[in-house]
Amino acid sequence: MSVNVDLTTVWAFVIAFAVMMYVVMDGFDLGIGILFPAFAPGEERDQAMNAIAPVWDGNETWLVLGGGGLMAAFPLAYAIILPATYPLIVAMLLGLVFRGVAFEFRWRDPGHRAMWDFAFTAGSVIAAMAQGMILGALLQGIEVAGRAYSGGWLDWLTPYSVLTGIGVVAGYALLGATFLAIKVGGKAEDHAYRLARITAFATLALMAAVSLATPFLVGQYWQRWFTMPSFLFASQVPLLVVIIAFFLLRGIARRRTYAPFVLSLALFLLGMIGLGVSMWPHVIPQSVTIWDAAAPERSQVFMLVGVAIIMPMILAYTGWAYWVFRGKVDDAGYH
Amino acid sequence: MIAGDEALLLARIQFAFTISFHFIFPAFSIGLASYLAVLEGLWLKTGKPLYLDLFKYWLKVFAIAFAMGVVSGIVMSYQFGTNWSVFSDKAGPVIGPLMAYEVLTAFFLEAGFLGVMLFGMNKVGKKLHFAATLMVALGTAVSAFWILSVNSWMQTPVGYEIGANGQFLPGPSWWAIVFNPSFPYRLVHTVIAAYLTTALVVGGVGAWHLLKDKGNAHARKMFSMAMWMAALVAPVQIFAGDLHGINTLEHQPAKVMAMEGHFDSHPDGAPLYLFGIPDQANQRLDYAIGIPRLSSLILKHDLDAPLAGLDTVPREDQPPVAIVFWSFRIMVGIGLAMLGLGLWSLVARMRGRLYDWPWLHRAALVMAPSGFVAVIAGWITTEVGRQPFTVYGLLRTADSVSPLAVPAVAASLIAFVVVYFAVFGVGVWYILRIMSSPPHAGERGVKRTERGPIRSAGITPGPTQNPTAREGGETLIDGDGVAERDGPTGDER
Repeated sequence: MSVNVDLTTVWAFVIAFAVMMYVVMDGFDLGIGILFPAFAPGEERDQAMNAIAPVWDGNETWLVLGGGGLMAAFPLAYAIILPATYPLIVAMLLGLVFRGVAFEFRWRDPGHRAMWDFAFTAGSVIAAMAQGMILGALLQGIEVAGRAYSGGWLDWLTPYSVLTGIGVVAGYALLGATFLAIKVGGKAEDHAYRLARITAFATLALMAAVSLATPFLVGQYWQRWFTMPSFLFASQVPLLVVIIAFFLLRGIARRRTYAPFVLSLALFLLGMIGLGVSMWPHVIPQSVTIWDAAAPERSQVFMLVGVAIIMPMILAYTGWAYWVFRGKVDDAGYH
Repeated sequence: MIAGDEALLLARIQFAFTISFHFIFPAFSIGLASYLAVLEGLWLKTGKPLYLDLFKYWLKVFAIAFAMGVVSGIVMSYQFGTNWSVFSDKAGPVIGPLMAYEVLTAFFLEAGFLGVMLFGMNKVGKKLHFAATLMVALGTAVSAFWILSVNSWMQTPVGYEIGANGQFLPGPSWWAIVFNPSFPYRLVHTVIAAYLTTALVVGGVGAWHLLKDKGNAHARKMFSMAMWMAALVAPVQIFAGDLHGINTLEHQPAKVMAMEGHFDSHPDGAPLYLFGIPDQANQRLDYAIGIPRLSSLILKHDLDAPLAGLDTVPREDQPPVAIVFWSFRIMVGIGLAMLGLGLWSLVARMRGRLYDWPWLHRAALVMAPSGFVAVIAGWITTEVGRQPFTVYGLLRTADSVSPLAVPAVAASLIAFVVVYFAVFGVGVWYILRIMSSPPHAGERGVKRTERGPIRSAGITPGPTQNPTAREGGETLIDGDGVAERDGPTGDER
């Protein structure tokens, strides 16, 4: 049993890594879509789009890994969470359809470019909002009977899940703005820094609101955050958030190139750690632990071999693709 | 289980709809990625710009088709959980890892190199760019490998154990699971189908432009390449399909009975029914027109071999016969038409009329979309033929579905139908528009930059100050066909 326990824990971290990678890679991608209307049609928007056109597809692949990995490593969790959040998942998928095709379609059809730009934004907002609400729905708890979801089809809709949804939209927008600050030049760059400042404040405010609301959802969360001894560890998380928030706002004000984006990612990482503090070792709060949901050892080992060998290669060639398209987009015209 | 019959039916319609729509794109992009790799390879080898032009021409199509394949594919990877959660819970330990391997070895590979393939030739040089194209093509093939292994395991499940909680658990050998009995046949049959589908589209586009201008060198080249594919690969496909059918007879006999319309057992030689109206309620084939004993010859390679019929299969274990019967005939009919087109092109080639035979070109044009019809019909045959099971013989479709309320599934089905027809309809329209403009020398590929701002900015540095200058020097994959048409004022500015 001890081997299985270790493997399951390892897999919990692999899935968490995939989710975090998804946020790192696709967060700014969706964020640019969310902020798209704020950029002027023409030059600014074209730059913003070109900043992500070569990489968006790879970024979304992490979402497929998150979903596919969850099914493979924790099939029971996959089988309960997805029906429980059914309308949200469908909304997210359709949102991704619209924004994904907009990358190609807007260039193919200048006569309808405004329409596809709208589809790009609407799809991005819907996908981000749905992802945030799925997170909220999971945190507030899901009704389970036996090996299946037993609640209604709109149980996920609560003020709390709406709050987490808006929080993720704001957070992705922050990632998008700070990423664009790296990638674009001229007026678009000024614009990106202005938007970064606004979205940073919004993200921090919403993070605070979610953090204050969460401990009241479930007794376990309250104990984790406000009783000894876990308080000693848990309290480091909000402390770090405050420190990072300070440097983030300063980095934006001083127009640092990379610091705002990296620090925004750090905020997300801390949010993720906070999530782990609340939920561990449950994958569905109060009812299903990672060990309940885990695939058998043979499945875990088989996949882990693949992850160990292939993941470094994926990271290497993904890094190479980013390296190829490094620097400001269209710098031929702007330096 | 909350799900009643309506919820089950809606979930099945939704899955059939979304997977059929999705598969159109990979069926095309698997073949097109390989075709692009061949074109770029020929360009590098011969140095002839014609191959580069064709590469750029089809790259524009590939970019759109691939994007639609990606977004409709993400839907599939979640739909197992949203609509088939019991199946996912039970079969997840076996098929989940195979799908995870698909993501790790195929999706990342395609996606990671796609950006360089579409936009990066000037940045990485010809050789690395060719490597990227090869990686994308390899990724599409590896993807087919894993997902067909998953599907084949659902058709011919082996190498599993049943856990105490009712889950399918992997046995000691993953090799046995991955290379399950129907997998090699399904893989070969499906990948060849994708190549043929692409060849017919390429041939149809070539034919269209030959009908308008039989001297177009680019159209001639693509038409000739496509017709070689049809002539050489269609017979191979028919042979592979026959082997696949024999394999199905061994492992899923009820499916073959439905394909053949054999309600009755034939102890000494079964007829091949060309036509008939299956009446499943009364378990008979009405208005049947058949060739005696030919079915036994095809399936058993023996005129007198006995073949069991659906009378040996309990009614509740039979697949819906009419759908399987007809979809199979559509697939085979189109396959034979492809063979005919290929042979015709050989005759035309021998007579020196390949580029000068309008009726051949018209036939190729009509056949252009036929590959899509054939692959969808083939998938309907094999998937409906697996019913009433998801994991053949072990897990019923009715026992696989998520406990969802009817309004939820009805709403999502409507949303998928509306969005798919609107979005992918427009995408197909854009593809047709690209295809309708003739391929020509100096094709410009997919790189998009709005030239207006760069020109009007007035701060464009000279080439000496700007090592990455794209304005001057060789323009490989650069500029955008659309921007050309915009004129200097551009849109929105």
